[in-house]
Formats: sequence, C-alpha cells, structure tokens
Amino acid sequence: MKIICAVAGVAVKELYRRKEFYVLLIVTILICLVMGSVNVFNDDKVIRYLKELALLLIWISTLIIAITTTARQIPAEKEQRTLLPLLAKPLSRNQLIVGKFLGCWVACGLALICFYIFFGALAASREHAWPLLNYFQAALLHWFALGVVVALALFGSLVFAAPSSNSTICFVIVATILCLGRYLDAVALAQSEPIRSIFYAIYFAIPHLEIPFGMRNLIVHNWPLVEWKFIALDAIYLLAYIALFLAAACLVFRRKPVN
Amino acid sequence: MNTILKTEKLRVEFKTRQLGKATTKVALNGLDLAVQAGEVFGFLGPNGAGKTTTMNVLLGFIQPTGGAAYLFGIDVRQPIARQRIGYLPELTYYYKFLNAEEILRFYAKIFKIPNAEAEKRIDFVLKLVELQHARKRLIKTYSKGMQQRVGLAQALINNPDLLILDEPTSGLDPVGRMKVRSIIQRLKNEGRTVFFSSHEMGEVETICDRIAIINNGELKAVGSVSEISSQHGANLEKAFLDIIGFQPEAVA
Ligand SMILES: Nc1ncnc2c1ncn2[C@@H]1O[C@H](COP(=O)(O)OP(=O)(O)OP(=O)(O)O)[C@@H](O)[C@H]1O
Ligand SMILES: [Mg+2]
Repeated sequence: MKIICAVAGVAVKELYRRKEFYVLLIVTILICLVMGSVNVFNDDKVIRYLKELALLLIWISTLIIAITTTARQIPAEKEQRTLLPLLAKPLSRNQLIVGKFLGCWVACGLALICFYIFFGALAASREHAWPLLNYFQAALLHWFALGVVVALALFGSLVFAAPSSNSTICFVIVATILCLGRYLDAVALAQSEPIRSIFYAIYFAIPHLEIPFGMRNLIVHNWPLVEWKFIALDAIYLLAYIALFLAAACLVFRRKPVN
Repeated sequence: MNTILKTEKLRVEFKTRQLGKATTKVALNGLDLAVQAGEVFGFLGPNGAGKTTTMNVLLGFIQPTGGAAYLFGIDVRQPIARQRIGYLPELTYYYKFLNAEEILRFYAKIFKIPNAEAEKRIDFVLKLVELQHARKRLIKTYSKGMQQRVGLAQALINNPDLLILDEPTSGLDPVGRMKVRSIIQRLKNEGRTVFFSSHEMGEVETICDRIAIINNGELKAVGSVSEISSQHGANLEKAFLDIIGFQPEAVA
C-alpha cells in the first residue's frame, strides 16, 4: 500500500505542478463571470442558465483534465525512460497501474473540489443558499464517473501507442455515452432483430456515465436530495467498471516488454 | 562461493518487421553468466551485442524467449528479486517536475525504507554524487552529467548488495568518470557486487575482477583481465578485438 501511495503521490504532484489545471479553472471562472454579468434584469431563469452552463463547463474541464493527465502517465514514463529505474525497484506492474490510477483519480478529485467551490460561490452570489448536500451528491457521482474515465484512459494508454490517439478515442467514447447512452435502449427498440440485440448488448455493456452527468439538473432546478441508497448504488455500479478497466489494464501490461 | 547473479541458457528473440516482412532477431543466444558475491564484473561487447538486453531480462523488463535468470537465487520474474539491487539505465532522464530530493524520497518509499532512515540515506547519496548544492532544483535544470549522477544516486538509495550499471561512465567528463570509478571501488571495498557494461577498456582493466565478452548474443570469453589478455598475448583492447573477430585489414 505504501508503494501504491508513493506512485499516486507523484502523479498528484505532477498535476499541480503543470499549468493546464489552472488554465482550465481560470477559463471556466472567466466564462461564467462574463455570462453572469449579462444578468441585468435579475431574472430568475437567467441564473438557471448560468448554473447549467457552469456545470457543463465544469464537466468538460474535468473530463479534459482526467483524460489528458491519465493518458500521458505511462507513455511519458516510457518516453522519458523513467519507467526503467522505476520498474527496476521491487514494485509489481499491478502496483504501478493501481498507483497511477489512484493518483490521477485523487488529482481529479482535488480539481473537482476547486470547481465545485467556485460553482457554489457563483450560485450563492445569486440565490443566497448553499445546498451543500446536493452539491456533495452531484460531486461524488461526478468523481466516480471520472474514476471510470481515468481507468478507461489508463487502459487505453497501454493499448494505443500514442497518447494523443488514446485521448481522442477516450473523448469520443465518453462524449457518445454522455449524449446518447440513455437513448440507446429506445433506439434498440426501434430496430429489427439481429441489430436490436446488438444495440441492447451495447446498452448493457457500456458504463452509464450519463447518470452522474444528469445530476446537474438536480442542482440547476433546485430539486430535493436523491435518496442516498441510489447514490450508493450508482457509486458501486461505477466502481465495478473501474475495477473492470483496471483489471484489463493490468492484464495488458503484465507481459508487455518495456525497453 | 556465493552466486549472486546467474543466467542459464538465456535466449531472447525480437520480432521485428522489415519492409513489411516479419523477421526474428536473436539478441541473446544461450547466454550463461555467473557473478559471484563481492566481484566487480565487467560486461563487454560491441554495440548491439546484447548487453542492455541481458540487463533488461535481469530486471524483468522483458521476458526471455528461453532459459532463466536469477538474482540472489530468486527468479527475476518476482519483484522481490529486485529488493537488494540498484540499477542505472543506459540513458536516464528523471521526472522533470520533481527535484533530486523528491525523486530519491519517492524511490525510498518504494523500497519501504522508514522515513527517518530515508532522509539520512538521501543526504548520504547526494553527498556521494556531489549534488548537495542542487538538491532542491528541478531535474529539468540539470546538465547531462548531473542527471547521470542523479541516476547513480537513485541506484544507491537502498544500499544495494548488487549494482547493475549500464555504461555508467558514458557521457561523463574525465573527472566525472574518475569519480564514478572511485564510487565503484568504494562499493567493492564494502563487499558489494557490481555488474556493469562498458566500452572503456582502460576503465575495465583498472577496476574489474572478472570480465565477460559477448558478441551477437553469445558468450565469447570470461575470466580475469590478465587471463584474457595473456591468452591473446596482448593488452585487453587487442584481445577484445581478437575475440569479437575484428579484422583491422577490413577497415584499411
Ligand atoms: N525492442 C527491440 N526490438 C528489436 N530489436 C531489438 C530491441 N532491443 C534490442 N534489439 C536488438 O538486439 C540487439 C542487442 O541490443 P542491445 O541493446 O542489447 O545491445 P548492447 O550490447 O546494449 O549495445 P550498445 O553497446 O550499443 O548499448 C541489437 O541488435 C538490437 O538491434
Ligand atoms: Mg546497451
């Protein structure tokens, strides 16, 4: 465990010593502030749009952070040849994978906290309320969804040689799931037989990240808390996908030559 | 005698593509090596002979196609075999966003060295490689020689019983080379085993107890420097060229 934490610690350090995170945070804040200043009539609907926009930007930014940081972890170690002195130490390749995953996931979590604090301040400046538990629910599932994305990108980084192609593929997959995931069963229903089964199979195989993504609406419309039972169930569901992708990554990396 | 590093009939094949045709390149062909405790063992061979490949197998970076390798009697496929070794790769770059101290601390954690002891050890190795003054600077601001010395420092962080060094003096100035040699000498005096590859015959002659010469992945000669040179009635450089079958006329 100490080994895994050490690997994770380096990944976290890398995130906050690089510039991208700050750039994305500042860009999100700036866009929201500019849009916010448009609200001259103090119209109740405008704050909704603003919240909606802010949350969408936060999702996009955190996905960018999650995918780009994770996708370059192992390729960068290979390219800069830091993988050799590292693997020459008594650590197993599985420990390296799990450590990298944890580091990226925790780093995303820290970024997420910054983003949600900003969001809370933005909303409070207009609505004078801090529905902390609602934010916590949304952020928690958001974080678990990012965990799935991180695990996917880590797996991809071992399969595809170039980090850029891996990032692109991950973005396309995640964006498709977020936009179309929940319509897939309806689409399937409209198809005739062999195709219908294929669509259903895909529908049940993909990680449904659109559920955490949909938590945005609860905050935007000030809806009541979701039952914790469902939050826990969804977290466990997402955790299962994390485990699946990590296991796949370990399997691919196990016998891969590094030189 | 206590054999610390051993390979048995080690064979490594690389599948490569040349003009779209799959070819097999045999990098190591039935290599048998045995390094005893306390030895400084020089591993020689021309470029592409298979020295780095041998080390890659010993460190578990690549799986051999055939044969086996052991460190301290433990199969190299087990991570624990690497607990008591230090390794310096051929070309080294370290995490650019960390400083020397942080890198060493990170590696110390992987060896599960307790914190207080790790700090002492970090001070010690940084002093040994003379990087005390730059310990808080990011590695990306280091010169090549300084990076090489960080490499040596990280190889020594766990106070290893066996050092595997891939061309430790390449890219260093004469002073740097001498310092690396004196570090190797010092380790030897402490009873540690050093296994290193080199192209510097002079260096090999002065510090090695025994050497092995390989060519095209096959062991061509093994023994002490004086044994090998006297067998060929010349100095080590001549003997080396003789052994790898180099004909001076071919060049002229
Ligand atoms: N990943 C690889 N794929 C294909 N061939 C490889 C690979 N790695 C090494 N080889 C080949 O294996 C042979 C041995 O290479 P190796 O790097 O072990 O040589 P070396 O003795 O370390 O040489 P040098 O003194 O130049 O460092 C070479 O012919 C090389 O081309
Ligand atoms: Mg080499």
